[in-house]
Amino acid sequence: MADFFDMGGYAAFVWAAYGLSAVALVGLALSSRKQLKKSAEDVEAARARRKGGS
Amino acid sequence: MHRFANPAQFNRLADAILPWAIGAMVLLFAAGLYTAFFASPPDYQQGESVRVMYIHAPAAWMAMFIYMVMAVASFTALVWRHPLALLAGRATAPLGAMFTALALLTGMLWGKPMWGTYWVWDGRLTSVLILFFLYLGYMALWQSVEDEEKAGRAASILALVGVVNIPIIKFSVDWWSTLHQPASVIRLDGPTIDGSMLLPLLLMAAAYQAYFIVVFLWRMKLEINRRKLAVARQAMMHAPVGAE
Repeated sequence: MADFFDMGGYAAFVWAAYGLSAVALVGLALSSRKQLKKSAEDVEAARARRKGGS
Repeated sequence: MHRFANPAQFNRLADAILPWAIGAMVLLFAAGLYTAFFASPPDYQQGESVRVMYIHAPAAWMAMFIYMVMAVASFTALVWRHPLALLAGRATAPLGAMFTALALLTGMLWGKPMWGTYWVWDGRLTSVLILFFLYLGYMALWQSVEDEEKAGRAASILALVGVVNIPIIKFSVDWWSTLHQPASVIRLDGPTIDGSMLLPLLLMAAAYQAYFIVVFLWRMKLEINRRKLAVARQAMMHAPVGAE
């Protein structure tokens, strides 16, 4: 197990590369999801406003 | 293709594809990471650091692939004024910028132990850095010009001009043979790497491709909503006084 995490002495480089990639991929996916949700709510609100106003 | 010009139809298509794309993405990441760490040997020269390659090369392929998607979308937007094409360009740019940044960063993390340096101004590294700036420039143009139509035109033109950089990236390793090694997978005479290492590479590449489809579709839907809101806001502003 310790051998696995040591990565033949390259632990710092290998895990940093995978860690950075994971953070970036998950981060962009989550922020895209969040922005999409927010925009859908805004569209709904605008539609309701238009209906209520006229 | 014009059937998908309608945003409502595009949304329906996206919703049909998304669950499958998400399922494929999860499976491909699981298989890719398993083969990358457990079912592949250390390299005889690179040792365990070779495992960085399984996320480095796919990120670099995505960086170039997404740029071509962005360029085709920009071309379509400029020539046929297809409204969804412009949104597609906008939806791809953050994905492309991220994969380019990851290609550069993972490359640096591999370069330090293998080459002895994080960075050299070699043809490949420099042209990929330029690719990163092209993505940033594209996004900055959208931000900096107020009129959406003008912003879209300027950004699309930049995206098209930047296409010259793509063959430069691809052939940089043959034209200037400095530090970055030449291609070992995408070559005319077939891959030159062993199957045990080719498999994790291809699985991770497929996982990244599935990830791109998922996040791209989310961002397309987001862009369509954003556009709807902009149109609604404009209608509100131009409504005659007392119309409310």
